[in-house]
Amino acid sequence: MKAAVLVFPGSNCDRDMMVALRAAGADVTPVWHKDSDLPAGLDMVAVPGGFSFGDYLRCGAIAAKSPIAGALRAHAERGGYVLGVCNGFQVLAETGLLPGALIRNAGLKFVCKPQALRVETTDSVFTAGYRAGQEVTYPIAHHDGNYVADAGTLAALEGEGRVAFRYIGNPNGSAADIAGVLSANRRVLGLMPHPERAVDAGHGGTDGTALFRSLVGALETA
Amino acid sequence: MKATVTVMLKQGVLDPQGEAVRHALGALGFDGVEGVRQGKVIELDLAEGTTEETVRAMCDKLLANTVIESYRIEMGA
Repeated sequence: MKAAVLVFPGSNCDRDMMVALRAAGADVTPVWHKDSDLPAGLDMVAVPGGFSFGDYLRCGAIAAKSPIAGALRAHAERGGYVLGVCNGFQVLAETGLLPGALIRNAGLKFVCKPQALRVETTDSVFTAGYRAGQEVTYPIAHHDGNYVADAGTLAALEGEGRVAFRYIGNPNGSAADIAGVLSANRRVLGLMPHPERAVDAGHGGTDGTALFRSLVGALETA
Repeated sequence: MKATVTVMLKQGVLDPQGEAVRHALGALGFDGVEGVRQGKVIELDLAEGTTEETVRAMCDKLLANTVIESYRIEMGA
């Protein structure tokens, strides 16, 4: 399974993402934001956490217009898999690959803590390794994780089972406690919590391991 | 020539920063502040002859996220 991890100025979870993907067996290449092409034969692209371009203008806005973003969009449009975590989720929302937007936390504070989540659907390569309704803990670390979308979009997400993760104890004011959403074809996942920071006993928990194993396993045999 | 773009969260999108400012004004004793919305102002220095249509394209492509924000353009001299 071949994966790429995009790297922007200000990304700071790119290496964690590479470690998590490699531990699950993926062949991972970092790709700089000024490149306009992704490596050939790629199965999935990860957009990592961090503070791309200093969060200037809006979180993820400038990264979403960088040269590599065109290749990311083309990859997603031909059915490629994409995982966006934290700032990566913000980038995917800004590109329009996922609906809605992430605004300032309702409590205005940067929130950094282990966060309990419920796995809302197992119908995706990302979540197939969990049980429906399973509670997991991933770390969160964000200032702008408050998910907003119009009523029609929220209804569609719920109706199509595209809410992948929900917060147990909403930390940021997100609509319907939404922590992560899937695209219509279920191949693009964006979430604010960090599964790549929960893949080693030294992290304090390994609840994220199942996500990477499931993802790499599914694409390995595809 | 200059253009000024004002970007605001759309009505109906909760503005946590505006709410915090409203609370702070109340705490300072300013009664009757019923709502505060906080946005941003972007000043553009443009080549002569740049059209409002071009500035609108800048807003739609980058300066505003029209999922959550609205914008207003003022073309100046």
